[in-house]
Amino acid sequence: MHHVLVDRWSRGASPLHALDPRVKILSLLVFLIVLATTAANAAVPLTIDAALLVAGILIAGLPPGTLLFRAMAVLPFSLTFGLISWLAGDSLRAVGLIEKSYLSSVAVLLVVSTTSLPRLLSGLESLGTPRLLVLVAQFLYRYLFVISEQAQHMRLAAASRQGIPGAHRRSRFRAAAGALAVLFAHSYYRAEGINRAMLARGFSGKFPLLKPLRLRTADGLFLLATVAFLVLVRVQ
Amino acid sequence: MTPLIEVRDLSFQYEDGTRALDGVSFTLLPGETVAVLGPNGSGKTTFVLHLNGTLRGVGSIQICGTPLTKESLPLVRSKIGMVFQDSDEQLFMPTVLEDVAFGPLNMGLTQEEAILKAKSALEKAGMSHALDKAPYHLSAGEKRRVALAGVLAMDPEILVLDEPNTFLDPPGLRNLLHLLKELPQAKLIITHNTHFALAVATRAVFFEKGKLVADGGVAEIMERFDWTYAPLRADDLRYSAQRRF
Amino acid sequence: MHIPDNFLSTPVWVALDAICIPAVGIMVRRAGREMEDTRVPLMGVMGAFVFAAQMINFPVGLGTSGHLVGGALLACTLGVAPAALVMTAIIAIQAFVFQDGGVLALGANVFNMAIAGVLAAYLPLVGQASRPVQDRPGGLSHKAIFAAAFLSVLVSASLALSELLISGIAMPKPVLLLSMGLFVISALIEGAITVSVVGAIEKLNPGFVQKADASNSRTLVILSAAAVVLGVAGFVLASSAPDGIQRLALQLGLTTKSSFHGPFADYAVGYFDSPWLRRATAGLAGLLVIYGICAAVSKLIARQRSA
Repeated sequence: MHHVLVDRWSRGASPLHALDPRVKILSLLVFLIVLATTAANAAVPLTIDAALLVAGILIAGLPPGTLLFRAMAVLPFSLTFGLISWLAGDSLRAVGLIEKSYLSSVAVLLVVSTTSLPRLLSGLESLGTPRLLVLVAQFLYRYLFVISEQAQHMRLAAASRQGIPGAHRRSRFRAAAGALAVLFAHSYYRAEGINRAMLARGFSGKFPLLKPLRLRTADGLFLLATVAFLVLVRVQ
Repeated sequence: MTPLIEVRDLSFQYEDGTRALDGVSFTLLPGETVAVLGPNGSGKTTFVLHLNGTLRGVGSIQICGTPLTKESLPLVRSKIGMVFQDSDEQLFMPTVLEDVAFGPLNMGLTQEEAILKAKSALEKAGMSHALDKAPYHLSAGEKRRVALAGVLAMDPEILVLDEPNTFLDPPGLRNLLHLLKELPQAKLIITHNTHFALAVATRAVFFEKGKLVADGGVAEIMERFDWTYAPLRADDLRYSAQRRF
Repeated sequence: MHIPDNFLSTPVWVALDAICIPAVGIMVRRAGREMEDTRVPLMGVMGAFVFAAQMINFPVGLGTSGHLVGGALLACTLGVAPAALVMTAIIAIQAFVFQDGGVLALGANVFNMAIAGVLAAYLPLVGQASRPVQDRPGGLSHKAIFAAAFLSVLVSASLALSELLISGIAMPKPVLLLSMGLFVISALIEGAITVSVVGAIEKLNPGFVQKADASNSRTLVILSAAAVVLGVAGFVLASSAPDGIQRLALQLGLTTKSSFHGPFADYAVGYFDSPWLRRATAGLAGLLVIYGICAAVSKLIARQRSA
């Protein structure tokens, strides 16, 4: 599953992995904004942006083929609209849609593949995201793996009973609903169990502070360099 | 010796009226390891949940000499460490280190102190190599040890473990056994694994339908309640068929 | 329904990002109000549940299967603000980890699905709290749940469509009508799945499903009616005057100048311009608006009566 792979990549060790997550988030935002405001037919800036991404992938030690392939998830959507735009006479926008949405996808994937999600969330919190939202996302991610595996098992179990004669659409529909209800109940009781475990270790209503991040000189330099470079490319 | 746990006449009823506990009295002395045995649904987990105030019943409970009240909960919870059956529910933080540091941080330690405590607890549990790992990357045995570390980091005097042997393979179980024997805390261990009980505990209590019906040596209790794997005799089958399983 | 980056024009995604900041902030404050951090595990785990639930196939005929989106389900079981918060977390993780939806477009997607979508689900659920218990021992009527789920998907989808149109994405008539048709179908599927799942959940434990708290606030009701009207208005406008929207957008500077006319466009306008379809869709949308208003009014009346 996609998130399993990305999670594995994000726990690697490379200069990019070691960068402060805030720096990576800000660089990503600048990159995306620059990309969004670049004209679709500005071949040179777009090629430089693409090259920057490829360089990032290589420095991070990630498999370029797999990463570039995975980023294609956005293509069905953008190719469809691109085709429509082309046929409606808006060929410039069509090309822009396809190439820029793909590059954006690669950029985001690169950042998530070099930053473990909990650290990314820490970075987002540092940059102003509400604490409650960050905590919910953190817990969601933590249990995503466990619960999606459970859902997989249920699908397998259901599939292996598929050959029942007369099990037409209606009953399969209801069976799926029943399976989800069971998964819901499991999840609910699991949440209660987590609460019990939290209380047993002295939880008093507010989560203790997560580890604060510390900026290094290298982080600051990277951010400055990247932003400067991107702005230069754009302004050119 | 002051008992670490002193329970007198504890009763508990669920909202629908089922009597989960009926007049349970129990004492735990320092240095003891007590196995809690009994059929499913006999009240073992319910009993244990009363010891740290998760459930509140009728009767008196004293932990390390302190009566269990709403005010004394934080203190009590720092003295009695509980490891639950589902390790996934217990390891809820993104990394092992953060999870083990959760307890100390809640007790008011500073970031640095909490991290030190966490690291030393992880070392005791043999999981120092997993500091930055995410919980879902760990095996069942590793999760169990991290959960134990999370509790040890609070320096409790009593350890309560609810079926710690589940999902462990024999080497894992052996490792756990070894670890538990090295820990100085008094222990209360709910288990269905009779070999494990015999190996780790010196004393056992037997629950049946919410009542604590026996208290004695492990082998003696197992013999008395036929808590063994001896082959069933013909007339046993009728008894066995009636039992829930 | 997740809009990727580089689809929306700059003023549109900037505006939506800006709107989202206070909107999410309000939801965070409401959700965190009573329980501090105690509900965090439940919200997180429910988010993971919805994620996983989105993978389950529900056969809907013709060899296809539908999937749950989950906004209404969360609203029924957690309440509006926590549901909005959980959906926000889901959409954010989908954007970052799965590249499903853009990062700059996060504001748009969160607004469409986590804010407007969840608010729209609230409206049909609100009228239920005042109904006497004998009517339905379980609590929520199936019609209300269906309407909640239907509206949440319809509103999210039509908002997304409107945003794309305003940004100047070319959408000739047949594509537009096809999209709207698909939205209605997805909304119907969401309704069916949500009713089925919530019903099954209720059977396991009636306490799992919450009745929308009527005492919660009038503001929420107004906001949710607004969400429904906004979404439906988007739908109506899109169906009757897509070119109008785009011309307006051009005038307002919301999109860059580019040719809207091409061979396909002319062909489309001439052949597929079907006034009855347009009128039918507008009529349907009108019905939905009326339903929304009725639900809100009935709720207010009930409040008056019990006062």
